[in-house]
Amino acid sequence: MSLRKSHELHQRRFSRNLGVGLTLAAFIVIIFGLTIVKVSGTSLGQPVQEVQN
Amino acid sequence: MSDASFNASTVTAQTRADEASFGDYFALLKPRVMSLVVFTALVGLLAAPVPVHPVVGFCAILFVAIGGGASGALNMWWDADIDKVMKRTKGRPIPSGKVQAGEAMAIGLALSGLSVIMLGLATNWFAGAFLGFTIFFYVVVYTMWLKRSTPQNIVIGGAAGAFPPVIGWVAATGSMTLEPWLMFALTFMWTPPHFWALALFMRSDYDDAGVPMLTVTHGRRATRWHILVYTVLLALLAVGTSFSGIGGPIYLTVAVVMNALFLRGAWQISHRTEDDSEADNFKVERSFFKLSLLYLFLHFGAILAEALLKPYGLGGWS
Repeated sequence: MSLRKSHELHQRRFSRNLGVGLTLAAFIVIIFGLTIVKVSGTSLGQPVQEVQN
Repeated sequence: MSDASFNASTVTAQTRADEASFGDYFALLKPRVMSLVVFTALVGLLAAPVPVHPVVGFCAILFVAIGGGASGALNMWWDADIDKVMKRTKGRPIPSGKVQAGEAMAIGLALSGLSVIMLGLATNWFAGAFLGFTIFFYVVVYTMWLKRSTPQNIVIGGAAGAFPPVIGWVAATGSMTLEPWLMFALTFMWTPPHFWALALFMRSDYDDAGVPMLTVTHGRRATRWHILVYTVLLALLAVGTSFSGIGGPIYLTVAVVMNALFLRGAWQISHRTEDDSEADNFKVERSFFKLSLLYLFLHFGAILAEALLKPYGLGGWS
């Protein structure tokens, strides 16, 4: 038995909460993927001056 | 059962019926308009002569789509009063009572900021700023100012819907040339005949809402002639684009066929009387409207085909 009984509101809003949760999860995945691409790209490489030194 | 319990159950049932689902919030973003934005922005991005990393390209299109959706939500917030009058729009989340106008404004503003910043970070700040300007143009210039004040609302406001391919191009290249503006011009010139055809057969809607559409201010006969004039200008532009950097034999073929059909439809509309239209329930106007959707899709599809075939030596004129 759960400690707190689920309120009727939770069942009613389940699909909405699920939608928001999945959207946020997708956003995190996208930002993570974008970050990996950006970091491994040439644009964020070491500055030329630093490499020469 | 007591009166109190009856009222409580009635109120609860009513609340459930009126409660917004995730889909209602998504509907605020005007998914159908968003699909046009996604497609044209994608064509702009892929037609640009600079290769884009697939993940960056995907993010760019996603953030342009979110920006487009945000302007849709802000448009619904501002236009909630007229949306509930018009048959076509009374089922939208705000007039149907599912979503509060303030919620739509908050979602619109939040997504606007998010999309502009994320597009700037994902691609370049020129693209981000351009997206910000597009949202401003659609929400402030079109929705708040022109839509209710001039019959040229569709003409000037159509620019907002025409910017996405330019944003896609700028996201890829970070600069501007003639080609993205040709794509802009194509959508810009296509918008008035597309919407005026809609206004002809959705007659009472704009009248009831007091929106100064051309059909209301200048009459239906003038609107029919306007459709023809804009279609002629559009045809010249669309066929002329064949000989630019984004054109080629595939595009030329599509442009010639589609513009011939479009001109024929516009000619028929301009030579019909209201009695003719009433007699067949606006059959010609309705089919012209449907054709206009296919028209834009095929033109941008042809630009995309030319761009995708270029690496194999098949696209373009070379």
